[in-house]
Amino acid sequence: MFGNLSQRLTETFRNLRTKGKLTPADIDATLREIRKALLEADVALDVVKDFVTSIRDRALGDEVSKALNPAQQVVQIVNEELVRILGGQQRQLKFSAKPPTVIMLAGLQGSGKTTLAGKLSKWLKDQGQSVLLVAADLQRPNAVNQLQVVGERAGVEVFAPEPGNGVGDPVKVSAQSLKHAEKNKFSVVIIDTAGRLGIDEELMKQASDIRKATNPDEVLFVIDSMIGQDAVNVAKAFEDGVGITGVVLTKLDGDARGGAALSVASVTGKPIIFSSTGESLDAFEPFYPDRMASRILDMGDVLTLIEKTQAAFDEADAKKMAEKIASDSFTLEDFLDQMQQLRKMGSMKGLLAMMPGAQQMRQQLENFDEKEIDRTEAIIRSMTPAERRQPKVLNGSRRLRIAKGSGTSVTEVNSLVNRFEQAAKMMKSVAKGGMPQLPGMPNLPGMGMGGGSSSGKNKKKDKGNKGSKSGNPAKRAAEEAARAAGTKPNQNNGGSAFGI
Amino acid sequence: MGLLFWRKKREPRAIADEALPSYGSAPESVGETTTGVEVLNEPDVLLDAPDSKPRKAKAHRPEQPSASEEVVTAEVTPEPAAEEVTPEPEPEQEPAVEVEPEPEPEPEVEVEDELEAVELPKRSFGKNLKSLFTRIKFDIDNLDELEETLIQADFGLDTAEAIVEGVKQRAKKQGARTEAELKRILVSLIADQLRREDSALNLQDGKLPYVILVVGVNGVGKTTTIGKLANWLSEGNWRVVIGAADTFRAAAVEQIATWAERANAKLIRPKSEGQDPASVAFETVELALRDDADIAIIDTAGRLQNKKDLMAELEKIKRVVEKNAKISETLLVIDATTGQNGLAQAKAFAEVANVTGIVLTKLDGTAKGGIVFSIQRELGIPVKLVGVGEGIKDFAFFDPEEFAKGLVG
Repeated sequence: MFGNLSQRLTETFRNLRTKGKLTPADIDATLREIRKALLEADVALDVVKDFVTSIRDRALGDEVSKALNPAQQVVQIVNEELVRILGGQQRQLKFSAKPPTVIMLAGLQGSGKTTLAGKLSKWLKDQGQSVLLVAADLQRPNAVNQLQVVGERAGVEVFAPEPGNGVGDPVKVSAQSLKHAEKNKFSVVIIDTAGRLGIDEELMKQASDIRKATNPDEVLFVIDSMIGQDAVNVAKAFEDGVGITGVVLTKLDGDARGGAALSVASVTGKPIIFSSTGESLDAFEPFYPDRMASRILDMGDVLTLIEKTQAAFDEADAKKMAEKIASDSFTLEDFLDQMQQLRKMGSMKGLLAMMPGAQQMRQQLENFDEKEIDRTEAIIRSMTPAERRQPKVLNGSRRLRIAKGSGTSVTEVNSLVNRFEQAAKMMKSVAKGGMPQLPGMPNLPGMGMGGGSSSGKNKKKDKGNKGSKSGNPAKRAAEEAARAAGTKPNQNNGGSAFGI
Repeated sequence: MGLLFWRKKREPRAIADEALPSYGSAPESVGETTTGVEVLNEPDVLLDAPDSKPRKAKAHRPEQPSASEEVVTAEVTPEPAAEEVTPEPEPEQEPAVEVEPEPEPEPEVEVEDELEAVELPKRSFGKNLKSLFTRIKFDIDNLDELEETLIQADFGLDTAEAIVEGVKQRAKKQGARTEAELKRILVSLIADQLRREDSALNLQDGKLPYVILVVGVNGVGKTTTIGKLANWLSEGNWRVVIGAADTFRAAAVEQIATWAERANAKLIRPKSEGQDPASVAFETVELALRDDADIAIIDTAGRLQNKKDLMAELEKIKRVVEKNAKISETLLVIDATTGQNGLAQAKAFAEVANVTGIVLTKLDGTAKGGIVFSIQRELGIPVKLVGVGEGIKDFAFFDPEEFAKGLVG
C-alpha cells in the first residue's frame, strides 16, 4: 500500500535533480512526503507537525540552497533531526554510588515489562552485577509466577513475598525488597510493577508511591513499539504521574516502524536507553538513535552497514578488486575471497536486513538460507586453482568431480558457474560505469566495494540482466527480494559486487 | 437487548446470582484438572424462572420479549424495552451500567433438533470511550481538524481523508452546517462502515462444540479476553473447555488456569513445558467432544506476524484442530493502542489463520482503536468483541453505533 520513504523521496527528487535547486514549492512537496511517512510510522501528529516545521526552517536556509545536491541535503537534515530528537548519543544506565541500584519498570498492560525484567537482569548479571528481581505486579493473574520463571531462566533471585492475583501491597513489597537487597548484598534491584493505564488515577498513585518508597535510580518507562498515536498521551501520563528517567522500546523484532519512539522522546525529553528485540532472554540491546531514525524513515540501517563494511574490507583490497573487475580478471577465487570478507561482517541475513527497503524484504530474509553460502564455498573449494581462475576449462568430468568433492550435484555446480559468468559480465560493465550511489542518499564511502550498481547511469546496462540469478547466494537473495518487492534487481541494493 | 445463540439443550445449571462463584476464590479448582475427568460445578440451584415459559425457540425472537427478558434488558441497559426504535442515549446518560447483572439464561426448548436459544446479555462499553472532540470544535469550513482528529485516533492517513471526504459530501447533500449536525453525520458514517451482518459470534449453527481460536501478537490481551469470554459463556450456562496452547511464554498456563478457575471452565494443560501447542489444541477439542461441551476456546502464544516459523506453528494448530471439528471463530485480538502496524497484523493473521473476527481490547484507556476501522475497510474483518478493563466482566459485544457515538461524543 505504501511505498517507503526512500522510494518516495527518490521519486520526488528525481524531478529535483534536473533542476538542481530547490524552490519553496519543492520543499513543501518534499515535506508533505515526510509528513506522510512519519504518520504512517505512527509518529504522533503534534510531534510530526513540530518536526516538519523545524525541517522546513532548515531546508529553506542557506545550507540547502547552496548545496550541490539539495535533495540529498534535505534527507540529511531529516535524518539529523530525527537522531537529535531520539537522543543523539546513547545513554548508559545510571548506577547508584551506594548500592543497591534500584531500577523500577512501569508501563501499560502488555508492553513487555516482565519479559524485559528478565532480559535486563540477565544483561546486568553478565556484567557482574548481583541482581534481585522484585515481583510487584500483584494484579495480573500469575504475573508473580511468570517473574519467578523468568528469574530462574536468567539465573537471578526473585523477591516475591506475596502471591499476587490481587493479594498483597506492591508498595510494601517494593520497600521490603530494598531491605532484603541491602541485607543480602545485592547490587541491583529491578522492580517489576503491574501494567496500568495512564488515566487510572488510583494505580498511577500506587506507582508513584512505589517510586517514593524505593527512590529508584532509574524509572524505566516500557513501551511497545507497535503503539500508535496514543503514545504521547501514555508517555505524558507516566511522566506526570510517576516521573520517568528513561524509556525502553519493546517488540522491535516486529515490523512496526516504531514512530512511537520519536513521540515519546519528544514529549518526555527522556532518552531511550534500551531496545528489546525478541522473546529470548538475550534479545536485548542498547538503543541506537541513528538506527531508529533510519527505521522510522524505512531507509534501512545504512550507517551500521557502512560501519561494518568498512571494518571488514581493507581499502587497498577493495581498490584492487575494483580494478580486477574492470579488467575482466575477476575469478572465482576472488569471488570466494569476497565472500569470506563479507562473512567477517556477521550473518548474511543480518546484513541484508540493514539494507534500505529491508522492511519489504523481511519475509524473503527470513527464508534466506545461510547454508547456501556454505555450499557455494564448498563448490569453489573443490575446484583446482586453475579451474577457479579459468572456469571455462570446466568440462563434464571436472564438474562431476567437483560435485562429488563438495557433496553437491552437477546441476548445482553448473548453476554456480553460469551465474558467476553472468555476474562477472555484469559487474564489469557496472564497474566501468563508475561508483555506485544509493538512491536518495549521499554518496557513501565504503559502498564502492567492487563496483556495484544502482545509480541511474547504470540502469540501461543492468537491463539485460534483469532475469539473471546471481551466483552469490547473498546477492541472489537480495535480487529475489527486490523482485518480490516490485522493484528491479539492483535498484534497491546499491553497493558492492555482491549487492551488499 | 442481548443476542441469541444456539446451543444444545441440556438440564439447566448454575443460574442464580448467589450460586455463582466469586472470582479469585472459586470454590472448586475446576481449572486445575489436567484432562476431562472432573465435572463442572453444578450448584444445586436450578433454573427456576417462572416467567420464562418454555416455547418454541424459533417462534421467539428478540422482538417479542417475555416478561423475564424485559427484566433482564432493563437491568442491563437503562434504555427501556423499545428495541426496534433505536433511541439516542448519550453515553454519559448511561450510569446504570456500572453494575452488570448476572445474565439470566433463557432456556428455550427447541424439541426437534435439541437446540436451545441462549441469550447473552449485551453490555455497554460506550461509557468507557473518551470523546475525540475534547479539544476542538469543528464546522464545515474547518474539516481539516476533523482529519487530524481521526489521525490521532489511529484511523490512519488514507482512512481519515476518506472519512472527511464522506462527511463533506453528506453535509453538502443534507445542507448540514452546525457542529451537532456534522457530528451526527460523522457518527452515522463511521457506524455505517463498521456495521456488518456477521458481527455476532458464530455460535448459531448448532454444530457442537463451537471451537474458538484466539490469536494475536504479544501482550494484546488474548488470555484476559479468553477469561472474560469463558466466564460470560459459563455464566450463561454454557459448558466451556479452554485449551492452554500458549506453551511458550513463562507461566502463561498458570495465568489462563487462574482465569479458567474464575470462569468455571475446564482447562487442558500441556503435559510438559514447551509441548507442541497443536497437540494441546487437539486434546482440547477431543475433550470438548467427549465431554459434550458447548465451546472449546484455544489460547495461543503471542506471535509477531513477521515471524515465519511462529506463523507456521499457528497454521499447524489450525490444521490439527480442523481434523476433529470446524473452527467456528478465529478471533484476532488487537490492542486499542496499536498503530498502523495493526493492519499488517490483521493481514498476516488472516492469511494464515482465516481470521473471522477482531477483538478490540484495552478500550478503557485513552486509545481509540481507530485501526480497526482500517482493518474492516481493507480486509473486511468485522469487530466482534471489545475489552474494557481487567475485571472479568469488562467485556462487551461490539456495537458500531455505540463505538461511533463514544468516539464523537
